[in-house]
Amino acid sequence: MTPDKKAGQESIVGRGSREGARLFREWFQRLSGAAERGEPTAYVFVMGSIAEVLNAFGFNLVFPEISSLQTAVRRVAHEYLTVAEDYGYSPDVCGYVKADVGVQLRNGEHPMGRIPKPTLSILTNACNTYMKWGEIWERWYGNATFALDSPGARSANLHTQPGDQDFENDRKYVEFQLRELITLCEQLTGTQFDIDKLRETMQYTNDMSAAWKRVLELNRSAPAPFNALNEGTVYLGVANALRGKKEGSEFFRDLVEEMEFKSRNRIGTLTEEKYRLTFVGVPCYPIFRRFYDLFAEWGGTFVNSTYLKFASGGLNLGYQYDLNRPLESLAEGTLLSLRHAMDSMFFQNQDLVDEVDEFHVDGIVYHPIKSCRTVSTGLADNRRAVMAARDIATLFIESDMMDKRVVSEAQMKNRIDAFFEGLATRKLHAAAAA
Amino acid sequence: MAYAAGVDVGSTQTKAVIVDEDQRIVGRTIIDTGANVVTAAEKAFQAALKESSIPELEVQYVVGTGYGRYKVTFGNSQVTEISCHARGAVHLFPGTRTVLDMGGQDTKAIRVRPNGEVIDFSMNDKCAAGTGRFLQAAAYALEIPLAELGPTALRAEKAVPITTTCTVFAESEVLSWLGRGKKIDEILLGVHRSIGTRSMALLRRVGIEEEVTFTGGVTRNQGMVEVINQMLGFKVNVSEESHLMGALGAALFALDRIMNSRVPVSAREEVS
Repeated sequence: MTPDKKAGQESIVGRGSREGARLFREWFQRLSGAAERGEPTAYVFVMGSIAEVLNAFGFNLVFPEISSLQTAVRRVAHEYLTVAEDYGYSPDVCGYVKADVGVQLRNGEHPMGRIPKPTLSILTNACNTYMKWGEIWERWYGNATFALDSPGARSANLHTQPGDQDFENDRKYVEFQLRELITLCEQLTGTQFDIDKLRETMQYTNDMSAAWKRVLELNRSAPAPFNALNEGTVYLGVANALRGKKEGSEFFRDLVEEMEFKSRNRIGTLTEEKYRLTFVGVPCYPIFRRFYDLFAEWGGTFVNSTYLKFASGGLNLGYQYDLNRPLESLAEGTLLSLRHAMDSMFFQNQDLVDEVDEFHVDGIVYHPIKSCRTVSTGLADNRRAVMAARDIATLFIESDMMDKRVVSEAQMKNRIDAFFEGLATRKLHAAAAA
Repeated sequence: MAYAAGVDVGSTQTKAVIVDEDQRIVGRTIIDTGANVVTAAEKAFQAALKESSIPELEVQYVVGTGYGRYKVTFGNSQVTEISCHARGAVHLFPGTRTVLDMGGQDTKAIRVRPNGEVIDFSMNDKCAAGTGRFLQAAAYALEIPLAELGPTALRAEKAVPITTTCTVFAESEVLSWLGRGKKIDEILLGVHRSIGTRSMALLRRVGIEEEVTFTGGVTRNQGMVEVINQMLGFKVNVSEESHLMGALGAALFALDRIMNSRVPVSAREEVS
């Protein structure tokens, strides 16, 4: 390794993970400050946050899904789940909801700071639980609630498309709702809408969106520059929390630089990459690091993940807003991205098949979770469709995104080990046949 | 002559098999696992050695399998019981395309290629319903020796429906049927059918393709074999070695290593 390359490697490699973690800590610190000062705060979800409008009005953004999963990553989720269950919630209710209920019942106390109470919540129909979740806050706090209805046929390949009159009708419907949201924000904040502020935040999202698409594409490199399961989740957190923000845009500009450097210099996330995998579903946050290790110790790297698509609200499309017609374009981008996010959950099988070649994937890991029927229902069917289309090894392991009580590590390891034994045999047979 | 061994440390019993270069079984043993898993592995291996009259030093490679595979401290490597049961089943019954393994706490359905490669597998999740443990619970509740369960169930003309999915609650359900005057053989047939139904669900998940080979400790229960045959509509492969299939597969993987075969012992070795 040349001295220049070594110096570059030391400063760039791993920067995204380090900076992402720092930005996340600072974000939670700002939220703690907002809680103390009683600043306007919007509760939003990863699928359809409409952050650009909220940024233009200076709202602090809380992502309850992210707050909840952080309790699991920090190994205290059980405390919050217990608070909610003691209050009366069933063990079968979504773990994200229950952890948030626990946070609210503890007056915002959270392992990363304090979560402010909502002034406004934005719900979308991307997940049916969003609507019921929002009703809890509305009942407790009397905050404003805004439900964005994303229209379109919920069926693969039957969407309206740009250029069609039907699509234009759908887009106008979304635009009309966004205008209603703007009016509501004006009422809540007492601030007049400034379209140039909207343009500014949309430009930051444009930069981030293009970069996110590029980062995901760069993981086609072998070895893969980043692991979609753990490093990818850090990047995903920034993509949501700092969407439409200058620091988020700069983070992703630097991340592209890091990934291009690693790709160019063949620096993989693993020292020795043996198997390239795709992850389908939501990570196992209660044993986040251990779950990663169960694959990494076999040389398995997750080169992509459906999670990085649907949980980024479709940001991976790289959609670029037209700042000359901001509201029209915001409606169009919201409609397309949100629909794509949902398709990444429900109709991902053709994408998965295509990515086997594009990313040189050896196996696909499906991870349905008890807590989330929205994400998990249909995965068995999806897996069958993929296996019928391609002779690809798949693994189906069930656990949870929040609740350690239903995460059985010994059983999980047994299945993962058997999966890799099968992959090893496949490779040997393929090599022998070649 | 080179020898290889497989030691299958299961939740209930530990099995050991020794094979020679010609893949013939020359030593075998089954003991209760008990509380000390390391000791159980050693005892089983030593007992198999004794039966084979082969000195320990002549066993050149040992593969551990089962949940206690990492506790086979004298083993050279580990392979999951999923791969081992598939390997053993295809070895004994070359026409095997589907394996049903029913053990003390696990039931597995495994689809295999003709070369023994695992295509897909499915297991019971986080619950021992549909496994040997379910039968143990019924035996305990009815105060019948395990060996009598199958023959007793086969005497029944009709089955009492056992609806619970929980091994713990199964005991109460069995007792409640007794209290309502149901015959023991009919209750037991119901228990067997309940397990069979869960096994069928696992098999359907991976896809049922003939021949089906039945492995694991529960294969010694003739009642269970009959129920599985009835539910499938054809006969499964069962042999005296079915109980030892995991250990046999492990021994064959160990032999591969000795014979420098192209089939891997375990990719785990390559990363450890």
